[in-house]
Amino acid sequence: MSDIFSQAWPGYDPGRYFCELTRTREDAGPVPEWLAERLTQIGMDALKGRAAAAETELIDLGVTFTVYSDATAIDRILPFDCIPRILTFNEWDLLERACIQRVTALNLFLGDIYGKAQIIKDGVVPAELIYGNANYRPEMQDFPVPHGTYVHVCGIDIIRDEHGDFRVLEDNARTPSGVSYVIENRHLMLRTFPDLMSGIRLRPVDDYGRRLRAAMTEIAPGGLDDPQVVLLSPGIYNSAYFEHVFLAREMGVPLVVGPDLIVENDRVFMRTINGLRPVHTIYRRLNDDFLDPKVFRPESMLGVPGLIGAWKAGNVAIANAVGTGVADDKAVYAYMPRIIKYYLSEEPLIQNVQTNICREAEGLQYTLDNFDKLVTKPVGESGGYGITIGPRASKEELAAARASLLADPDNWISQPLIGLSVAPTLGEDGIGPRHLDLRPFIVTGRESWVLPGGLTRVAMKRGSLIVNSSQGGGSKDTWVLADRFVDGRPV
Amino acid sequence: MRLDTVLLARDAEGLFWMARYLERVENLARLIDVTQSFESPGHETEAWWGLIRINADEKNFLGRGFSPDPEHVKRFYLLDRGNPTSIPSMLEDARTNARTLRPLMSTEMWRQINVFHRFVSQLKPADLEGDQLARLCTALKDGVQAHTGVTEGTLYRDQGWYFYHLGRVIERADQTTRMLDIKYTALLPRDGEEKRVAELTQWNAVLRAAAGYHAFKRHARAMFSGADVVEFLLRDPSQPRSVLLCVRRAEAYLDDLRRIYGLSRANEAMEVAEYLREIITEKPIGHILATGLHDYLDIVQVQLQVLAGAIGRAFFRDWRPPAPGASAPGGGLSQSQSQSNTEPAPDAAGTNAGGRSEALA
Repeated sequence: MSDIFSQAWPGYDPGRYFCELTRTREDAGPVPEWLAERLTQIGMDALKGRAAAAETELIDLGVTFTVYSDATAIDRILPFDCIPRILTFNEWDLLERACIQRVTALNLFLGDIYGKAQIIKDGVVPAELIYGNANYRPEMQDFPVPHGTYVHVCGIDIIRDEHGDFRVLEDNARTPSGVSYVIENRHLMLRTFPDLMSGIRLRPVDDYGRRLRAAMTEIAPGGLDDPQVVLLSPGIYNSAYFEHVFLAREMGVPLVVGPDLIVENDRVFMRTINGLRPVHTIYRRLNDDFLDPKVFRPESMLGVPGLIGAWKAGNVAIANAVGTGVADDKAVYAYMPRIIKYYLSEEPLIQNVQTNICREAEGLQYTLDNFDKLVTKPVGESGGYGITIGPRASKEELAAARASLLADPDNWISQPLIGLSVAPTLGEDGIGPRHLDLRPFIVTGRESWVLPGGLTRVAMKRGSLIVNSSQGGGSKDTWVLADRFVDGRPV
Repeated sequence: MRLDTVLLARDAEGLFWMARYLERVENLARLIDVTQSFESPGHETEAWWGLIRINADEKNFLGRGFSPDPEHVKRFYLLDRGNPTSIPSMLEDARTNARTLRPLMSTEMWRQINVFHRFVSQLKPADLEGDQLARLCTALKDGVQAHTGVTEGTLYRDQGWYFYHLGRVIERADQTTRMLDIKYTALLPRDGEEKRVAELTQWNAVLRAAAGYHAFKRHARAMFSGADVVEFLLRDPSQPRSVLLCVRRAEAYLDDLRRIYGLSRANEAMEVAEYLREIITEKPIGHILATGLHDYLDIVQVQLQVLAGAIGRAFFRDWRPPAPGASAPGGGLSQSQSQSNTEPAPDAAGTNAGGRSEALA
C-alpha cells in the first residue's frame, strides 16, 4: 500500500482481502491516490455532511425500493457510499469480453435446449437438470426468437477473490434489476462530489436507455421502422417500480401495467384516450408465470390474457423471452464453463466459483464432509435467502442447514467461502474496508453491449459478506477508467 | 419525432385525479384557515361544524368516533389518516397517483410532491395548537401552490396536460360552490344590525377563503350585499376561483382536445360544460337567492359530477377491466378515484411478481 493511503487513512487495513483501491494496479495510474488525497482534503466532517445530503436527495427523489416483510411494505433507499469503486481499463476490457462471452453462450444454450437439445444428447448437461427444472417452459419448444436472442437484458454477478481474480457468482437471465442505480449513482456523484471526479476520464453510463430501446426495436416483428415499445410493470407495489419508471423514461416509452394491454386476434394493443393502439415490443418486468393467465397462473391479475398466443403468432416481441430461467438456475450455473466450451470452443474468460452439485453423489459427499467450511445455497432462492456460511454459522444453524439439505439434496449446491474483495467505505466509525461485488448489465438485440461498470453492491456492515440490499447492503458508483495508464501517464 | 404522443387512458385518469386531490388539499387548508380566523367567540363549535357540513362529512366524522368539537374537527382533517377526506389521506392519494404518473412527470414535480408528502405525513397534534395552525395552513397552501408552479413550468403540454387541468378546474369550481354554501351551514343572529355585521364577517371570510377578498373590494360598491359576493364567486369572469371561470376553462380544454388532438370523444363532455355554463349565467342572482342558494349550488355540484363522469366515459374507462355487476362506467367517478391500481394487487405475490428472483433484495 502506498504511503499516500496510510497517511490518508491511518489504520485502514484490508487484511488478506484484495482492496479495490489501495492494491497497486499499474494501469490505474495515479487515480486511486488522487481519490485518497481528494477525500482527505474534503475532510471527514464535510464528507459525512455530503453523504447525508446525498441520502436526503435520494429520499426526496424517491429513488427507493420496497422491502416486504409480512404485511408491511417499507420504501427504502439503497444506501449510497460516496467513495467510488474503480475498475481499470484492462480490468474492464476483460470483464466486458467475459460478459459478452457468457451471454452469447447463454443464448446459444437456450436456443439449443428449446430446439434440438444437442447439448443434452451429447451428454454435457444432464437432461433432468433441464426438463425437471421449474423454469423450463415447454411452450418454448421449437419457437425461434429473433436473432436467437432470449436473454436481452442480463445481469452477471461477479466477485473478486483474495488474489484479485474475478469469478462469476451468478447469472441473472430473467428480469435482473439494479441498472437504474448505476445511472442514478453517477448523477448523484456528479452533483455532490464534482471535485472528486474532476480531471478523471470515465466511461459514461448514460447510454443505457438508448441501447435498450435500440435492442427492443431490433427484435420487433415485421421490419417496422419505429415500432411501439412498452415497458410492462407489475405496478407501483412492485419492489423495483422505481427502476421500471426510470427505464421507461430513459427509453422514452410508455410504462404499462397488465390492464392497459389487451389482445385481439392475436395482436396486442394498449388502451389510450383515443382507443386501442398497437404494441410491437414488450420489455416486461414481470416473471414468466404472471405474463398470461391463459397459459400460466390463471389467478394472476398482473398479466395480459392471450399475450403468449400473440407472441407465438409472431405479432409481438417479448423481452426477456419466456423460459430463460432454466439457464440462470444455480444448478445449471455449475455447468456454465462446460456450456461455454461446448458452444464457443473457448475457455471461459472469467471462471465460476468452484461449485459442488449436491444432486451428484460426489458433490453431496464433499459438501457433507466439509459443511462447516462451505457456503451452502438452495438453488431456487435469491436475494441471499437460505444461504448458510459454514465458517460463520453456529452449531445450531449448521445442523438446521444440514437437515434441510439432506431432505432435498437436488435443491442444493455448495461453494467454498470466497474472501470477497473490499474497498474503502464510509461507516459510522470512519473509513474502513467493506466487502463488495459487481453486477454488469448486458443488453442484447442483434449484438451484445455492456454498460460500462455495473452495479457495485457493498456490505455496509463491517465484516459482512452479504451485499444484498434487503440485508443491509448499499451501493457505490462504479468508475471505469477511460484511460489506460503506463508509468503514471494515460496512453 | 412523434407528434401524437401516446396517452394511456389510465394515465389520463391519474393526471385528472392528482390535480383534483391537490386542489382539494389547498381548498381545505383555505377553509380551515378562514374558520380559525373568523370563528366568533362563543360560536366556535358551530364554525367548525360548518366545515364538516360544507364537505358533507357528517356521517364520516361521527362514524370515526369524533364529536362536534373544534379540536376534533381539526384532527379529523389534518391528522386522521383513516379519514379519506383528511389532508394526509388526500396527499397520500395524490402521491400514489404521482407514482403511477412518474414516467410523464418532470423530476421537479415528483420531488416537490414527495417532499410535501413527507412534511404532511409527519404532522403531529402540536402543529395544530394556537398560532401553529395558521402557520400550518400557510405551509399547506404553499405546498400546493409550489406544486402548481412547478407544474406550470415543467409539465409537457400534450394531451396529459389538458387532463390534469380539467381535474383542477372541475375540483376548484366544486370547492367554490362549497365555500358559497357556508351561509347555509352557519347559525346567524335572527335580525337587526347584529345580523348584518355577522353576515358581513361571514362573507368576508368566504371571500378570503376563495382568495377573492381584495379583488372583490376593488369592484364592489361600498355597501355591498351578500348577493354581490355570490355574483363575484359564481360569475366573475376574472376571479381565478369563480365557478364560471373554471367552467369556461374546462370548455376551452375540451375544445383544444377536440381540435388539436382530434379527440371527438370530447363532444359529450363539452355539451355538459355548455349546459353548466348556462345554469351559472342565466338566472339573476336575486332569483337564485330567493329560491334558495343551497339548492341551486347542489344543482351546480351535481352537474360538475356529470361533467367529470362524461370525461371519464369518453377517455378513462377503456383501460378498466370489466368488473362483473359494476355500475355504468364513469358513473362512480364523481367523488373520488377508484382506480384499481391504487390498491394493493389482489394476489399478494403480485407485489413481488416482477423479477423477484433477481431483484436486488
